[in-house]
Amino acid sequence: MSLTRRALLGSTAAAAALPPRRSRAQAANTIRIGVLNDQSGPYRDTGGTTSVICTRQAVEEFGSHGFTVDVITADHQNKPDLGASIARQWIDTDGVDMIIDVPTSSVALAVNTVCREKNRTYINVGAATADLTGKACAPNNVHWTYDTYMLARSTGGTMVKAGGDSWYFITADYVFGQQLQRDTSTLVTKAGGKVMGASPYPFPGTTDFSSYLLQAQASGAKVLGLCNAGADTVNSIKQAHEFSVNKKMKLAAMLMFITDVNALGLETAQGLNLTESFYWDFNDRSRAFTKRVVPKTPKNWPNMIHAGCYSGTLHFLKAVAALGAAKAKEGGSTVVAQMKAMPTDDDAYGKLTIRADGRLMAPAYLFEVKSPAESKGPWDYYKLVETTSAEDAAVPAGETGCSLVHA
Amino acid sequence: MWGFSRAQAAALLVMVVLVVVSPAVLYPVFLMKVLCFALFACAFNLLIGYVGLLSFGHAAFFGMGSYISAWTAKNWGLSPELAILLGGLVGMALGVIVGWLAIKRQGLYFAMITLALSQMIYFICVEAPFTGGEDGIQQVPRGRLFGFISLNPDMAMYWVTAIVFLAGFLFIHRIVHSPFGQVLKAIRENEPRAVSLGYRTNDYKLIAFVLSTFVAGIAGGTKAIVFGIATLTDVHWSMSGEVVLITLLGGLGTIFGPVVGALVVSAMENYLAQFGAWVTVTQGVIFVACVLAFRRGIVGEIGAKLRLAL
Repeated sequence: MSLTRRALLGSTAAAAALPPRRSRAQAANTIRIGVLNDQSGPYRDTGGTTSVICTRQAVEEFGSHGFTVDVITADHQNKPDLGASIARQWIDTDGVDMIIDVPTSSVALAVNTVCREKNRTYINVGAATADLTGKACAPNNVHWTYDTYMLARSTGGTMVKAGGDSWYFITADYVFGQQLQRDTSTLVTKAGGKVMGASPYPFPGTTDFSSYLLQAQASGAKVLGLCNAGADTVNSIKQAHEFSVNKKMKLAAMLMFITDVNALGLETAQGLNLTESFYWDFNDRSRAFTKRVVPKTPKNWPNMIHAGCYSGTLHFLKAVAALGAAKAKEGGSTVVAQMKAMPTDDDAYGKLTIRADGRLMAPAYLFEVKSPAESKGPWDYYKLVETTSAEDAAVPAGETGCSLVHA
Repeated sequence: MWGFSRAQAAALLVMVVLVVVSPAVLYPVFLMKVLCFALFACAFNLLIGYVGLLSFGHAAFFGMGSYISAWTAKNWGLSPELAILLGGLVGMALGVIVGWLAIKRQGLYFAMITLALSQMIYFICVEAPFTGGEDGIQQVPRGRLFGFISLNPDMAMYWVTAIVFLAGFLFIHRIVHSPFGQVLKAIRENEPRAVSLGYRTNDYKLIAFVLSTFVAGIAGGTKAIVFGIATLTDVHWSMSGEVVLITLLGGLGTIFGPVVGALVVSAMENYLAQFGAWVTVTQGVIFVACVLAFRRGIVGEIGAKLRLAL
């Protein structure tokens, strides 16, 4: 039976070559943070490695408080099942204590389930769904930067006040787009505006928006709301520019970041309205933060997600320090309770609080993109149009549907 | 026995031992993923390796299986074994329709028809309310096997997955090494000749297609129960592409090839995830290297070296 032996040897060698199950014994005083996001797909610039750099920046600035912190990272490729299985593995075998970022709502909700089941801290920064602090809220999660409600409220509600009282939507025809359109329509109507119509387009796979743009133009609406994300938004804006739709209507990108503006260029993006909760050139503290981070990521300056990763990590570490590493290791709900109990204070977001349902109470800013003539330096892209207070930018406390609030 | 040659029996023994021993060394949830993909690839290999039919839409059956299992387990509270079986049956029913249409054409046209129909199924899944669209069906309970064995501990789930995989694997092996399987191989080698011998080749092809989609549905259903989630990833065409990669890398038309391929591809996805963008780049490079340098795949090349059919 020489063959069996050979096959056996071969397979043993193959098995040995596989990376062994990582059984790093977790020292009680090591806190491990996992940054889980898209590093190769459409959201690699809005999150991606700059999120990792900002998380590391927070760890570095926090310094030593009697425990060590290490950061690991992975690409979830925007697949909910992959995201959930990475999160599960991180918690089961790598001893990860906190997971941060996680853009793409579907992945965010899947990871939320895993973190709740295993009771680990979950700070979502990158995803839009308001369900994270609503139906899916949990004692161990915090939603940091923005959500669909904030975008609809700030961009939709505020623009109506500024005279943009008739809207037309171009909507990616799937859950995210439909939800955004519905939320924005409600707030536009509430603010006294009206919706003239909408063109849902098949998602994914649409690259030609011309017919939708012409319909929008023919509707006579003053504002064109783009309920889509990533490459679709960029494409529709470029084509709106080619058809000069932007000369007749105000363009409002419902979900867009400064990193997308940079990709589009000011020539095309000028005059666009969008909402973020962080802008690097906002005050001395935000400029100081940006100055520290930019040398590490010179081509991709921080947007609100990146700043959120920094701010969220810093606040998490402060909570761990307040509890002591050993107590913090007991579970995510303990740490998050501590995070909710103390106010945040950092250079990116300033002094804020976290509500009982896990929402960070941050004000939202409606920006208009500058024209090339107005822009004075690199990444000098935004001028502030209007600020929405934190209370108005979040879903009213009683209406979230979060079970923690009534408990 | 069961049509195993001595070499195959030895390899089977090694595989079973590895399945039993490896959870002590490797992370069980990762192994369950490997087993689900291995089963899916075995089903795909039945078609391409033994009948010579390249189905480029197998994700539809895998994904539908996973949606149906997830949905029935979550909303009807079906026990996992019934949910998985139902997933397989729905995959099979879909296979009857798609297969009946697709086998009317051959070669590239066959592949294109399967791709087109699976894209239709994908868009149905994007829009249909029961799939949850982008979010998929989440928080699917693992439930209790036969109503009384809780599958929540990872090891309990692992043994169930292992048994499903081995059963599926033996089922496919049995098909391939039956008189029916001989006819399939005859069709692969020379279809007009098989027709001239009096075989109604379309019937054979359809039956093989349906059997394959049944096993693909079972694999999808098992994956949904293991991970508690069924999403668009499973029905997307890139999943059809991934199963082609797995099978090609492991070895087309070898009974163990898909299993080895699934192990390699899943290990890459899992252990390279920390390197971000490099996962997809590495997969691409390996695919190119495989097509250029070792076309028979890992198991195929080993088999050729040892002059054995594995």
